[in-house]
Amino acid sequence: MTPVYLDNNATTRVDPAVVEAMLPFFTEQFGNASSIHAFGAAVGGAIRTARRELQALLGAEHDHEIVFTAGGTESDSTAIFSALEALPDRDEIVTSKVEHPAILAVCDHLEKTGRAKIHRIGVDRSGRLDLDAYRAALSPRVALVTLMWANNETGTIFPVEGLAELAKEVGALFHTDAVQAVGKVPIDLKSSVIDMLSLSGHKLHGPKGIGALYVRRGTRFKPLIRGGHQERGRRAGTENAPAIVGLGKAAALAAAHMADENTRVKALRDRLEAGIVQRIPNCFVNGDRHDRLPNTCNVAFEFVEGEAILLHLNRAGIAASSGSACTSGSLEPSHVLRAMDIPFTAAHGSIRFSFSRENGEADVDRVLDVMPDILDRLRALSPFWNGAGESAAAFRPVYA
Amino acid sequence: MWDYSDKVKDYFFNPKNAGALADANAVGEVGAIACGDALKLMLKVEPDSETILDARFQTFGCGSAIASSSALTELVIGKTLTQALEMTNQDIADFLGGLPPEKMHCSVMGYEALQAAIADFRGEEWHDDHEEGALLCKCFGVDEGMVERAVRMNKLTTIEQVTAYTKAGGGCLTCFDGLEACLAKVNAAMVAEGALAAQEAYRLGGTTQAVVKQKAREARGFVKAPAEPKPVAAASPMISLDAIAPVPAAAPAAPGGGMTMLRKIRLVEETIAEMRPYLRQDGGDCELVDVDGSTVSVKLSGACVGCQMASVTVSGIQDRLAAKLGQPFRVVPV
Ligand code: FES
Repeated sequence: MTPVYLDNNATTRVDPAVVEAMLPFFTEQFGNASSIHAFGAAVGGAIRTARRELQALLGAEHDHEIVFTAGGTESDSTAIFSALEALPDRDEIVTSKVEHPAILAVCDHLEKTGRAKIHRIGVDRSGRLDLDAYRAALSPRVALVTLMWANNETGTIFPVEGLAELAKEVGALFHTDAVQAVGKVPIDLKSSVIDMLSLSGHKLHGPKGIGALYVRRGTRFKPLIRGGHQERGRRAGTENAPAIVGLGKAAALAAAHMADENTRVKALRDRLEAGIVQRIPNCFVNGDRHDRLPNTCNVAFEFVEGEAILLHLNRAGIAASSGSACTSGSLEPSHVLRAMDIPFTAAHGSIRFSFSRENGEADVDRVLDVMPDILDRLRALSPFWNGAGESAAAFRPVYA
Repeated sequence: MWDYSDKVKDYFFNPKNAGALADANAVGEVGAIACGDALKLMLKVEPDSETILDARFQTFGCGSAIASSSALTELVIGKTLTQALEMTNQDIADFLGGLPPEKMHCSVMGYEALQAAIADFRGEEWHDDHEEGALLCKCFGVDEGMVERAVRMNKLTTIEQVTAYTKAGGGCLTCFDGLEACLAKVNAAMVAEGALAAQEAYRLGGTTQAVVKQKAREARGFVKAPAEPKPVAAASPMISLDAIAPVPAAAPAAPGGGMTMLRKIRLVEETIAEMRPYLRQDGGDCELVDVDGSTVSVKLSGACVGCQMASVTVSGIQDRLAAKLGQPFRVVPV
């Protein structure tokens, strides 16, 4: 039984073409890009190519706006600390309640240490940003607005280009964590006013441990990691050449597959979603039905717990993930679903299926085959379910 | 995902005794959907012999919650209520070949459901703590309500005291932020009500995780405590909310070095016996193994083993011994 991998928002398989592109940089092309000799020059050239490939994928105006980092988390931290240092007379940050921990944890830390006041903007039931609250939080005290392009759990997309324009009106820097969006939705930075953007290699069939921060030319910037002069002094440390080459290749492939992602992959996702809702009572889709990543499907199953579903799916050879607390060892379900006010009865039982270009029809069929039985079995065990296809609890959620 | 034993997986995938029990005469419902765990345990008890003839469960929860519930039903069938009451959550975990530490609260839920069901059968009231606000400390399954009550009733003003009274924070301490916020909030309210002097109240940022961890290490005797302030965790050996039995005054003769070995052992035995009811109440036990000079070896059992409270228990015994025998003792679990 071939396993079905539907956890691509967690990480993707490295594309074989990416591996192939990387290999020489572990063997014959081992030079240090900073060296003046031929060994170094060859590697330096490959890094330049990778930079251009990323530039193209992001629609950036200049290739030197791309700074290679060790991943999305480093890019996010760099953007936040840089903004606070670059605008020392401002000490507020605007973000949302549904950001990735790479943003939230840094903001919490800054708040706790008294270095910044944090505005965490809420979202509605579909995960859409509360625009009124956002406008209200903007002031000349704001150094940085950092809002994700697309949510990793629900796929809901924030209209970042417009949000960036509002931030500019108060002179704040605008950063977006686009780790989930890059490679899945078209991005054209040159026609936006976004100052910084984070991305990560392993979310787009590239290697892990490599990412990039886009920094618009002219943006006031302070490096997080200091040392040598690599990356024009914006990120010290010997370049991770094999990974950078891999990321470049992954970016080129993502650009080539963008149309497939938004048509075929999206159709697979939609078929899975429709099939589940049709076959299984008391479940609903989390996230914005209209403005959402084409690959992400997050379904809340009422009165069962996510980890239990995942264990059954895993036994059936299907990999997905859940917004449930029990998989993470915490006891609160996903902060994203809580911020969306998804009731506990459903938030604990939310499952995320995330597709990639490597998925096909057979994957959808397999999931649709096993899901009804899994839900039947678990609901039969649940004290909140009366067995008649109806909840035994008084609680009746409104199906959005 | 979690590293579940084969038995946990088997009890999850093929749960025994699942579903409703029509003629149940003892029902325990614990947990809350907000915490992601809820269990309804149904028992059929033979009224004369008080033997559990049948048991079934319905569980909302993760793999180990379902497995623990199923294991619990297997364990109790055939037992008398008295025998069943002697079970601890550790018995459930042991039966399953162990649970990941983060999942021990699943076995605690089973233990609680059993207590609740038996109380139901006997017409007693059983109090479920889990419905009072968010679960703060997952290591020990302590919710906000319980912390609040402990802080109010005992005028607690430090994190270490909260740990000593409720267990919350006695383990991984990932709950530090939550405990701190809760303590600060309740203290502030107490000040407003005039129940606490403002300068005594705990304020956010009043301590750090590192300090609390250091004090815990000192309390366990891993490092020497600085001379003066005595760690609170060690000062209050018991972690139950019930009134703490006063530590008896130092033995009048305070025989220090002049004590015979036999007398020393007797005193140590006595001390442990005094503490036993409290340990049992928490599902554990402690036995004297050896006394060598000023080192006392003890064997912890039941819920005390592997429990993060073991060190608190040990330091509790240590303190009592010191008070009773008038000389410092090192208690070593073996
Ligand atoms: S969660 Fe409280 S000690 Fe671990």
